[in-house]
Amino acid sequence: MSFLGLDALGAVLLVPIAAATILIVLPGYVLSARLNVVASLVTLGAAVLLFFERPAPGQYLHVDDLNVVFIVLNTFVGFTTSVFSASYIAHEIEIGRLTPTYLRFYHAMYQTMMFGMNLALVANSIGLMWVAVELATLTTVLMVGIYRTSEALEAAWKYFILGSVGIALALFGTILVYMAARPVVGEGVDAMTWTILVANASGFDPALLNLAFIFLLLGYGTKVGLAPLHAWLPDAHAEGPTPISAVLSGLLLNVALYALLRFKILLAATPQAIAPGPLLVTLGLTSLVFAAFMLYRRRDIKRMFAYSSIEHMGIIAFAFGMGGPLANFAGLLHMTMHSLTKSAIFFAVGHIAQVKGTQKIAEIRGLTVTHPVLGWGLVLGVVAIAGLPPLGIFMSEFLVVSSTFARQPWLAIPLVLGLLVAFGALLLRLGGLAFGEPAGSTAPVEASYVPMFTHLGLVCTAGIYLPPPLVAWFQHVAALLG
Amino acid sequence: MDRFAFDLAHLLAGGLVLVSFTMLYQDRLYALLNIFAIHALVLTLSVAWQANVQHAPHLYVTAAIALVFKAIVVPLALHRMVVRLGIHREVETVVGIGATMLAGIGLVALSMVVMLRVTPGADPLAREDLAFALAVVLLGLLMMVTRRNAVSQVVGFMSLENGLILAATGAKGMPLVVEISVAFSILIAFIVIGIFLFRIRERFDTVDVHALDRFRGERR
Repeated sequence: MSFLGLDALGAVLLVPIAAATILIVLPGYVLSARLNVVASLVTLGAAVLLFFERPAPGQYLHVDDLNVVFIVLNTFVGFTTSVFSASYIAHEIEIGRLTPTYLRFYHAMYQTMMFGMNLALVANSIGLMWVAVELATLTTVLMVGIYRTSEALEAAWKYFILGSVGIALALFGTILVYMAARPVVGEGVDAMTWTILVANASGFDPALLNLAFIFLLLGYGTKVGLAPLHAWLPDAHAEGPTPISAVLSGLLLNVALYALLRFKILLAATPQAIAPGPLLVTLGLTSLVFAAFMLYRRRDIKRMFAYSSIEHMGIIAFAFGMGGPLANFAGLLHMTMHSLTKSAIFFAVGHIAQVKGTQKIAEIRGLTVTHPVLGWGLVLGVVAIAGLPPLGIFMSEFLVVSSTFARQPWLAIPLVLGLLVAFGALLLRLGGLAFGEPAGSTAPVEASYVPMFTHLGLVCTAGIYLPPPLVAWFQHVAALLG
Repeated sequence: MDRFAFDLAHLLAGGLVLVSFTMLYQDRLYALLNIFAIHALVLTLSVAWQANVQHAPHLYVTAAIALVFKAIVVPLALHRMVVRLGIHREVETVVGIGATMLAGIGLVALSMVVMLRVTPGADPLAREDLAFALAVVLLGLLMMVTRRNAVSQVVGFMSLENGLILAATGAKGMPLVVEISVAFSILIAFIVIGIFLFRIRERFDTVDVHALDRFRGERR
């Protein structure tokens, strides 16, 4: 039966790359949008198969209990976003913001990006993981600049420069890890293979590993969008096509965080190395509090939710930094909930910005009156992301806060402060957006609501009832994270 | 013989740091591109010497890529782009040359102190190579920060990548995958940059990134 598992792993990588090759030559956006959806669905199916049929770890690829969670989440949101993208793109073609040539490029890049992210998640070699993260980043840079307005170009340029600096630092860190491993593991591919690294980590030179982690934290931390390395993130979210904002927030940030978690496990396995936890806690808290205050001054709706992503990545980094079964569990849950909720919000925001013809918060008012379905979808999404009970994010935030109170009460003060400030900012803006005097276009919107409400439905369900197998799985992974 | 191998590797890596310094005070784009070509040339020699010392023939491929792609193709292409865009005059800097040089000296000192202190157990060749490589990386970063012009930022980025390759080849026996992929990523990066420069040209008639700052997305 093992060939089936190998096939599933192969499909997760090969389907996106094959689809990208076809999409680059395929004319006609209706057909390519459909192919994009189908390819994403097949990838999702293959990812789910990985739960049941798991190949033995190879030199370059492996699947374990940790990354299978990320892969399934990644391909699921990738699939729903492709459905949303199909209806979003149709409107962009109609108003002439994108030409068919650019659209061909867009779809091919979408699949290439999915390939990059999936490869980063299943890579067993830390070198390969680095290459994959870089590939995913470069494709998103191109997508952010696709509208070619001056703002989009500036955003893409900024993203590119900061992203490359981050990726360069991460490569330096990767080389240092290799240097630390070489005396113990020996030269060659083995000294970059993650499974072998972890098994032998106790003999590594701790000083070298510490230095490596600093570089990796700064490098991949730039990708996660942790303050003060976040400067690219709001621009990239605000100026690119909305499906890309959804994928950036929901997926790419997670992939970068996953890379950091891998190295955190490695450091934890080396006894004399520094504890990576406090570093993550510090960066996480900084991001949370900083982004929470920044939320108040946003005038652009996509930019506002981009800051909200920084805030939530801060919470997740904080939870993983705290460590221990409960905080890790909360971190995993929060990451899943945030991916689902934030992409749902961007689905809503994409249609709203299209129908209103603007992204300025001041010009979008009274959505529940003019566009009830979109408006209430947004309300539900924002209420979820702000962390109101009984939705999924409330539960994970509650777990983070309560585990912090139990272990480090002092840290809970800035944490709760940040959460409350962000909560206030989001609800303040939501009032105007959803319930104010209606403003702007009231034209009917042709939207596909299925992806949005699927995500929101999952988030609502998770807040009330988490299936026991899922809980058991997350607990198991949380124990692995240490 | 062994002593000689060590000294030459040292000399070449140190030379790379020196050329990085030279780049910091160039105020004309043509001169900057020429210096970058020298930078890539020194890198080529350094990588080739490592290949010889380590008996690792695959590193010659990396050296060849550095020579053809970075010392010849990229500087020529950028040269043409500069001519076509008509921006061959001054390079605008954010901070004065003096302050930049001082900061550069500080960064080199920092990388020596950090790397040499952290790696007393490692093999001396790799260890000092790594210290120099970190210095080159940091100087590349400094250059990206202190220049406003898009072309010189790109050059800064590429010199930073050169530092990374120096580090990767200094780490003995590092798998080939990585070198090839580094070369590939530079290629991709260059394509990306090329596209961007052309788009920027279409829109603003300038590649001064500072001009882009006017179009802040925040729309205050």
